[in-house]
Amino acid sequence: MAGRVEGKVAFITGAARGQGRSHAIRLAQEGADIIAVDICDEVPGLPYPPATEEDLAETVKEVEALDRRIVASRTDVRDLAALQAAVDDGVAQLGRLDIVSANAGIGTQPHPTHELTEELWRDMIDINLTGVWHTTKVAIPRLVEQGEGGSIVITSSAAGLQAYENIAHYVSAKHGVVGLMRTLALELAPHSIRVNSIHPTQVDTPMIQNEGTYRLFRPDLENPTRDDFVPASQAMNALPIPWVEPVDISNALLFLASDEARYITGVALPVDAGAVVK
Amino acid sequence: MGRVDGKVAFITGAARGQGRSHAVRLAQEGADVIAIDLCGPVPGIGYPPATPEDLEQTVKDVEALDRRIVARQADVRDRDALKAAIDEGVAELGRLDVVVANAGICILAPWDEVTPEVFRDTLDINLTGVWNTVQLAAPHLVTAGGGSIVLTSSAAGLKGLPFLTPYVAAKHGVVGLMRAFAHELAEHHIRVNSVHPTGVDTPMGAGDGMAQIGAWLEQHPRLAGMFTNSLPIEITQPVDISNAVLFLASDEARYVTALTMTVDAGNTQY
Repeated sequence: MAGRVEGKVAFITGAARGQGRSHAIRLAQEGADIIAVDICDEVPGLPYPPATEEDLAETVKEVEALDRRIVASRTDVRDLAALQAAVDDGVAQLGRLDIVSANAGIGTQPHPTHELTEELWRDMIDINLTGVWHTTKVAIPRLVEQGEGGSIVITSSAAGLQAYENIAHYVSAKHGVVGLMRTLALELAPHSIRVNSIHPTQVDTPMIQNEGTYRLFRPDLENPTRDDFVPASQAMNALPIPWVEPVDISNALLFLASDEARYITGVALPVDAGAVVK
Repeated sequence: MGRVDGKVAFITGAARGQGRSHAVRLAQEGADVIAIDLCGPVPGIGYPPATPEDLEQTVKDVEALDRRIVARQADVRDRDALKAAIDEGVAELGRLDVVVANAGICILAPWDEVTPEVFRDTLDINLTGVWNTVQLAAPHLVTAGGGSIVLTSSAAGLKGLPFLTPYVAAKHGVVGLMRAFAHELAEHHIRVNSVHPTGVDTPMGAGDGMAQIGAWLEQHPRLAGMFTNSLPIEITQPVDISNAVLFLASDEARYVTALTMTVDAGNTQY
């Protein structure tokens, strides 16, 4: 049986681990080839270890184990020229482009809004908002030129639909990509290119499973653990679960990327266990 | 393995159109089906009503896929008949996992030509009928330990499309129902979402009523853009809605709840 995205090529940012790697594998399972980029480097102020080149190599290995092709490069979404080169190189090797997953992003330590440093604010907006714009900017000309439509999926967050205290830079960037999604949905519709966003609640990845997040959610404890984080994280969600798995986001991405969703555009799709309506 | 293998889905308005398409698509992916339809006339609809023969065709289509189906002629306004159909279907098929509240009517008229009867019938079927469906079916999902409920709303459930006042009111109401049920049922791992199609290529979407829209729009040109799809297509196919229902019904969407899922070619964004 043909896969649900058989023969398509997907460009995925932040693909070294976490949701990005999961997206690469899930799309490859359903027949897609992959263009993968990741910074694989430090960003100042992150409360968790950065992705590494070894992580990206692992993504390559897992996609190749599925007998799909993958072109991976160490690329920062803030570097427009490098990103353009990465997608151009990927398209040259894989022959086409159909799917764009603007997934790369950073989390943060909590700070009251007026105490955020300029650097923290700038890095967040540069990566989580401008980086998404860069990702679409370098990919759209190829999709248009190809003339067969396409699907762009932007990773926002529950924090792209509602506010959370003390992460104003994250909330602002994630709201901003919703505006970008809606504008692109209108601009690209004449080319049958669809643009949607996904809004996860907490996902079980290194970005949330770290001491900084544990402390954010459990300020009442001196040394909070993953177990201590469970009830606090679950309190965010309507469904009785603490967090979702990367594959849950990948399944939503797969649906939006596939031709099953050929008339779905402009949707902000929460995979949030009901966090936003709560 | 199918994407909803071993599940049982209850679908209202299943004789033809989107409802039949949902039954067939879910059966293709492994589900058994409990199907109901009024199979009879509602005063004022500008298209021929579904018939018992239509429902029989749905049964044949599902059985041709080697899935089981329990079909009953029942009106979503008749709670006793609805409950009997659900309970008998669950008794025969053994469980219930998915509910698709799809049954609905659409009667077009400019605001000053809507009669009290049309307003009442539309609300009774398109809103109260959905409430009946969910309230009577959900206990079986609680018993099963979880499930997925999909309510068929419309682009007109998110924007005030003209010449459809009762329909717009009912379909907006469905969104309220969806959100309220999503909260109350979350503790049982039951997810509740709505789908919002733009025009769909079905008997409802192709009736005389629709043909009148053009004439009304000429009289009210400022409203003309409201029916425009952003993607360069005029109409969607039933399977496009079914694919969204399938995603929401499957475990792939196990943490997706309270979503208004548009399948509208960008209509509500335009």
